[in-house]
Formats: sequence, C-alpha cells, structure tokens
Amino acid sequence: MPTLPDHTPIAAAALGQGRGPQAAKAEILWPTPARVLSTDVLRVDAREKVTGEAKYASDVQPPGWLYAMILRSRWAAAKVTAIDTSEALKVPGVKSIVLAGGEQRRVRYYGTELAAVAATSKQACLDALRAIKVTAEPLPFVVDERDAMKEDAPRVFDGPNLSAPGVKQEGDVANALSSAAAVVEGELSTQVQIHHPLESHGNTIVVKDDGATVWASTQGIFSVRDGIAGNLKLPQSNVQVICDYMGGGFGAKFGPGVEGGLAARLSKETGLPVKLMLTRLEEGLAVGNRPSSIQKIKMGASADGKLTAFEAETVGTPGTGGGGETAGGSGGANVATPYIYKVPNFKVQQRAVATNAGASRAFRAPAHPQGSFGTECMLDDLAVKLGIDPVEIRILNDPGENRRKEYALGRDKFGWKEKYKKPGSSPGPIKTGVGCAGATWGGGGRGTRAEAQINSDGTVEVRVGTQDLGTGSRTLVAMVAAEAFGIRPDQVVARIGDTRFPPSGASGGSTTTASLCPGVWDACQNALAELKTRSGMADVAGPNWAVACRKIGINPISAQGEWKQGLSSSGSGGVQFVEVEVDTDTGYIRVKKVLALMDCGLIVNTLTTTSQINSGIIMGMSYALHEERVMDKATGVVLNHSFDTYKITNLADTPEIECILLNMPERGVIGIAEVSNVPTASAIANAVANAIGVRVPSLPITPAKVLAALGKVPKMSA
Amino acid sequence: MSPDSSSQPPASSGTGFNRRSFLRGLGTTVVAAASAQVNAVAQEVGKAAGPGVQGPGAVPVTLKINGKPVKLTLEPRVTLLEALRNSTANTGAKEVCDRATCGACTVLLDGKPIYACSALAIDCEGSEIITVEGLAKDGKLTPVQQAFVECDAMMCGFCTPGFVLSVTALLKEKPRPTEAEVRHACAGNLCRCGTYPHVLKAALKAGGVKVAENTTTVINYADIA
Repeated sequence: MPTLPDHTPIAAAALGQGRGPQAAKAEILWPTPARVLSTDVLRVDAREKVTGEAKYASDVQPPGWLYAMILRSRWAAAKVTAIDTSEALKVPGVKSIVLAGGEQRRVRYYGTELAAVAATSKQACLDALRAIKVTAEPLPFVVDERDAMKEDAPRVFDGPNLSAPGVKQEGDVANALSSAAAVVEGELSTQVQIHHPLESHGNTIVVKDDGATVWASTQGIFSVRDGIAGNLKLPQSNVQVICDYMGGGFGAKFGPGVEGGLAARLSKETGLPVKLMLTRLEEGLAVGNRPSSIQKIKMGASADGKLTAFEAETVGTPGTGGGGETAGGSGGANVATPYIYKVPNFKVQQRAVATNAGASRAFRAPAHPQGSFGTECMLDDLAVKLGIDPVEIRILNDPGENRRKEYALGRDKFGWKEKYKKPGSSPGPIKTGVGCAGATWGGGGRGTRAEAQINSDGTVEVRVGTQDLGTGSRTLVAMVAAEAFGIRPDQVVARIGDTRFPPSGASGGSTTTASLCPGVWDACQNALAELKTRSGMADVAGPNWAVACRKIGINPISAQGEWKQGLSSSGSGGVQFVEVEVDTDTGYIRVKKVLALMDCGLIVNTLTTTSQINSGIIMGMSYALHEERVMDKATGVVLNHSFDTYKITNLADTPEIECILLNMPERGVIGIAEVSNVPTASAIANAVANAIGVRVPSLPITPAKVLAALGKVPKMSA
Repeated sequence: MSPDSSSQPPASSGTGFNRRSFLRGLGTTVVAAASAQVNAVAQEVGKAAGPGVQGPGAVPVTLKINGKPVKLTLEPRVTLLEALRNSTANTGAKEVCDRATCGACTVLLDGKPIYACSALAIDCEGSEIITVEGLAKDGKLTPVQQAFVECDAMMCGFCTPGFVLSVTALLKEKPRPTEAEVRHACAGNLCRCGTYPHVLKAALKAGGVKVAENTTTVINYADIA
C-alpha cells in the first residue's frame, strides 16, 4: 500500500472491503435521530471487569487442569540435532512432553519453540524445562537490520536477506525535484515495536476423543477453531472456542498459534485440560511485532507549498516474518508512503531485510504509523523551509475533505495560531512546541451473522460469534438491539465469544464494530417483524413492548440477520494536534495536550468511542517516546522484553486528551481503532521539532536523541 | 501503586526473613554462573533463615484471603500470585510481567498494595490478603468500583483489578486525592489499551473530587461549513 492519494475510497479498496461514503448515502437504514445509538452507554460487562468475575482464557480452571510451558531455542540460529526429554519426564508432576517441530530441525531465531511440557504445577514445568537436554550446532546469525544488509552478513534463509525492491512511481520525480522551489531530504527511522497485550497469548484446552473445548485469548474465535480442528484432525463442528473476555491483541492474536497447537497436543496426550499461557519473555521473543523502518526521503514543493515531488527508499525488518524459506522479507516491512498525500511525481522503492528475530505480525494500522512518521516529519520540515504554517500546508495538500475540515476546526479549538511559534524560539531551557498530523484507515464492515431472540417475558437475547478486544463489542450489541426494539440496553443479554453462535469475522483492521452492528440490526429487524405479526400490533416499542411480548406464545421469536451494505462504510480520517514541553537540559519530553478530531461515521457509543481514541493516542505516544525492542547482537535475545526496560506510557505520563467526534450517521458504522493510533507519534515528533528547532528523525524520541540533536551529547551510532 | 517501599511485603512473621533481606543476603551470588547459582542460593537461604528454613518440598500454608482462611500446600518458592491463581479460584489478580513492573497482580496485604508476583506465598501467612474479589460486599460495588464503571475506566479489563486496588489503597490514605497523587499512586500499574484518562477520572470521582464530565464533543459533520 505505497500510496493512498485520497483516503476514503482508496483505503477502502486497499482493504478489499467496504464502500465509500457516496455509495452509503444511497440508502439510509439507521434511524435518525437515534434513541440509544450515539449516546454514552456504560459497558454492560463493566461490573464483571471491576470485580474480577470476568474470566479470561488464563483464568478458567477446568477440573484437573494442568499447567503447561514451552521450551524455546536459546540459539538465534542453529541446527538442532537432538532433544532428550528422558530426565525431564522423571520430574515429579510432569505428565507429558511434546516436541514442537521434530527432534532435528533448523532454528532461525532465539525463542523458536522446541518442546512443551504439561505438569501439575508451574514449578514442575520450570524444573522440567531445565531438565530437557537440547543438542545443537550453533550457526552464525544477525539481528540488526543494518548489519543484515551487508554483503557478508549471515543469511537468515537460504536466499539473500534483502528482498528485491518493490517500486511504485508516477510522473518524473527527478525533474520535479530539480525544479521544485524547496526540497527537503532526510533519513528517518522507526523502531521495532512489540505488541505486548497484557494478557499473553495462550489457551486453556480440553481435548476429548470426539472434540475439543478451547478457551482462547484471541481476536478470532473461528480462526482458532479451524486451526485447532486442523491440528487435531477433528471436525470443525466438534471444536468449540470460547472467548468471553480477552486481554488485548492489537493484531498479534489471530489463530491458535504454535502455543495453541502444543496445548492441544498436550491435552490429547494426557486426557486432561491444559492451560498454556506465554510468559512476558515469550511475548517479547516470538509472537509478533511491528517491523522497523529506515526511510530515505526527498520531498519537493512549489513556492506556495503544493507538493510536487516525493522520493523514498525504505527498508525495514519483519524478522523472520514474511520471508519464507528462500528469500528475505517479502514486503512485510513496507510502509504506507507518501501516506495520505497525493504527489504528482513520486517514486517509492521498498525492501524488507530478514533478521534472526521473531516474525512481525499485523500491528494496529500496519504500515501506517511508519509511513505517517516519515511523510509528516518531512512535510513539516518543508513547511518551515518555505515559511508556511504546518496546518496551512496540510490543508493545501491533503486530498481528504474530512481532514481538511478537521484541520480548520481543530486549529481554532487548539489555539494553534497563538501557540505555533518559529521553531526553537520559546524562551528558557524548557521549550514548548506544537505539531499536527493526519491519518486514514479503512475500517469497513463485512459478513457477520447474528441471531436475535425475543422471549415472552420481554427479555431479549442476541447472539453473535464475535469477540470483544476491549472495544466494547458486547455493549454495542446490546445498544443496537435496544435501539431496534425501543427498549433499554440493560434489557438485552448480549452473548458473544462462542463459536456456537452465528459466525462473525476476526477482529482485525478496525472491522468488528462495522461488521457486527449491521448484522445485529438486521437480525433485530427480522425479529421485530415477527413480533409485529405474532402480536398483531403495529407499534411494539417502548410502553407497548411488554404487552406485545406476552402475545408471543410458547416458542420465543428467533430471527437471524446478516451484515448489509449501507449500514457500514469504510474510510475514516482523523487529525491530531499536540503540545509538548521539552527540557533542553535533560532532553525530557512532556506531552501536555492532545486534541483529536475524528470522522466516525455513525457513532455507536460516544463513551467507548472516546475510550478508543484515548487508547490510540496513548499507544501512539508510547511508540513516539518510549517503546523499542533492543536485540542483543551477541546472543540474539530480546534484551528488554519486560516493562522494566521496555517502557510503555503510564498514567503519570498521560497528557490531557480532548476528542472532537464528527458524527456522520449517513455513512453508517466505521471502525476507528487504528486511525486514532496513527498520527500521534508524527504529531509529537513535529511538536518536539517545533519546540527545540531541530528534527529528531528517529523513533522513539528519547532524551538522549533530543540532546544529541541539540548537539549537547554525541550522536549514538545507528 | 507507587513503586516505593510500601509495595514491598512486610517482614513475614512465619519464616524470619523477608524478600529484601533475602536479596541483601544473596550479595554477589546473584551474578554467579548459572550452574553454581542454585546451590549458592540454597546456602545463602540457609544462612539468612537459620535452622527454620522450609522446602524445597511443599509445606502447609494458610492464607487469609478476603477474610477467609484457606489451607494450601505449596512449595516455598510459590509466589502469592501463583498461589491465588493456580491454587484458589481468585483469578482477579492477573499475571502479566511476573517481575513487579506492571501492577496487574496488585492485591492488598494488610491494607497496603503489593505486587503479588513478587511476594512469596509463605511470607503472607498471618496477613490479611484482599483481592479484587473481596471488595464488593453482598454484591454492592465499592465507590471505587462504581466510579470505574461510570467513567468507562477499562477496555479489555485485564489491568482493571490492579488499578481498582491501587486506587482503593490510595483513597484509604488520602480520601480526596489530588490529580498528581492519583498519577503517582497508579504509576506502577500499566494498561496497554490506554485507559488512563478514564482511570484518572474514576479515581478522582471516587474521591469526591469534581472532574470535568466530558472532554469529548460531538459535532454533526453536516453542520460544518
């Protein structure tokens, strides 16, 4: 996805789903004005979450359950020749040990699964892991992407580490650069970011002869079901996956994973339930990350600020991901550049470089934060060079009408004109600065089925085979049903997180809300029609509800429905404004304020939408200032896997956040989880540059990099 | 929970040494070669604890959890978090980092918030352990829990029990906390979803501090010029 000239239709097409707003306008099916939708509704499962009653995959305790752990390679590259489990099997409490990939195999990163043990306690597992003897021939390896690009670097796979470049171009970029009124160029880089959902990857699994039950921490219950069924050679119909609650995924939790397959085999071997949740170290090593990027960019504009030329060469590492056995990365490290901007003359060359590190996975708006950072930073530098206000240059160049309006609105609300000063010009050692950036994402809906049941006592049950990643899916199901039936959300029992319910897709690409709300609405409309028929009443809502339901008879009304076009669309745009303080003596950055403006389509729940935007901003800030995976070149291990050394934003760091939501009910439901995350880091980077008067071209923007940019300490080698 | 001394478990009445003196006693052995480490640790434990050393086999332990004594048989190396999650049904305290950095395992030990991952269960004998399951009485949420519900101070909910307990402990010390005090008290709890603004709001609300009701404005796109 190298270019996204106009955010709405293009982003939708890029994701292969959804439709633009124009198409959605053809038929408006959501009620206007809405009664329940677009209001603040408290989470229907909030009580369970504040009392500890909410049971996650890691919490369930089926009778006789065994603890399980994984033995992982301590070589970044090696030929494993033997795995001896005989001593480990003698450890008291150990019930079974299974190998992950045969006894003799090639490993390509520190953390590759070798074996798994199930035992009656965690302590027995730990003892058993220590007692497994692995014999291996260590091989040369490389974990640093710059090292991996060198001619003589050890090869991660059989082919070269560096992939052939993917090239996209239009117009004549060389000519456009030479005739531009101003040109800026730079090398910008972004780090490898680890997903780190607080609940680690894992499952609790019970395998019996004729089927299996899986409590999964997952973004896709059906993909886990199919994966486990395939692994155990069981009919899919006999595998039930349950995910009542899950502790975060951010793109790294699709499918059962290697750990799910191992847990299933251990359960099958022992005939007992097995709980296998990864440790924090394993989260750092093996279950996903956002690829790094190094972006060499040249950007040119006319004297009035109109972009005329854009040239970029990018490379990043997806670790061992996206490469297969014969070549380096296959585009898994591409960045979305020149991101939201339409530049008439551009040339973008992108490559990936394989390293001996855990494979990247989808991570909240894959490719976008990296692309945004490179493009938006250069655009600000260009604005400074031309003497144009950064908001002005965006309004001039951004092809998205929604974002242009957001910039204009946000500029006033934020007090941009008063706050924006010449870079580095604020007095004293603590300098203030402001920055802004924009973003896009698809976030459309797709086929979800739902089932609505109305009982004669007026209670309602809605069943959808989706999962709640923390976005409030269960609450949204209740709200949509309440809207349809003219009742309160607390009169609806929303049942989700079970593959025995009508199927819904995996939760990725900000598609969950836009998928399930239309499906639920349609099911409820069908149930409502049936209720009207059975009760003989034309109006069954509100005060008539109980009377109508009493006429249902013995069999409850049950109706299915499905996602329908027109009830959702895709293509969301957002912009953010940031104010920072930078201490030029210490390099410490304090983010004071973030203002987010977001076009949201039909806002379903204003309260949980706000939470989601806060979420995006805080994770973006964490990416901007704190997070970075550090690899040890000597051993290939991730040095900073846990939160004492892998810093993430905490409450003490959290800035004041203000959200302005643009409600566009005529477009239907659109997901905003990813678009809200993208621009924050770029806006912070621009605010820092505005504060100190020099660009820090590398994420995370640490105090050391700030001081280096100011010339107060030597620059670190890359 | 603030990452200060209050997050350490108090000295145990049962075994005669605590984590801090244990670590101090280890001295240089923590950096010794891995192969020698187990023996060295065992020797140092022996020195620190004297003849009363327990283990390595399982020993009977009685933990007072949410007001009820619970008899367990645990190896001395089992942490309080492991005991709660693996040997009782109290799974509200979550395992996230297992090294005292994230606060998801926060429980109250004699009223003080501690990281349950970094206290040995046997050291908690004789102490009052309150987990998130022990807060609501007769199904009635505490003001802190209620404020979390009303402020949407949770997303996936995995960190929520830890935050609820850290804020509960703070309000016991400071019934009307300032914003800075909430930020400090919760600096040892991490949330990956980024619910912090609503957690802050909930803590202040539970403390009866007036907070801005809404920082979100909804504008109909059609109304924008």
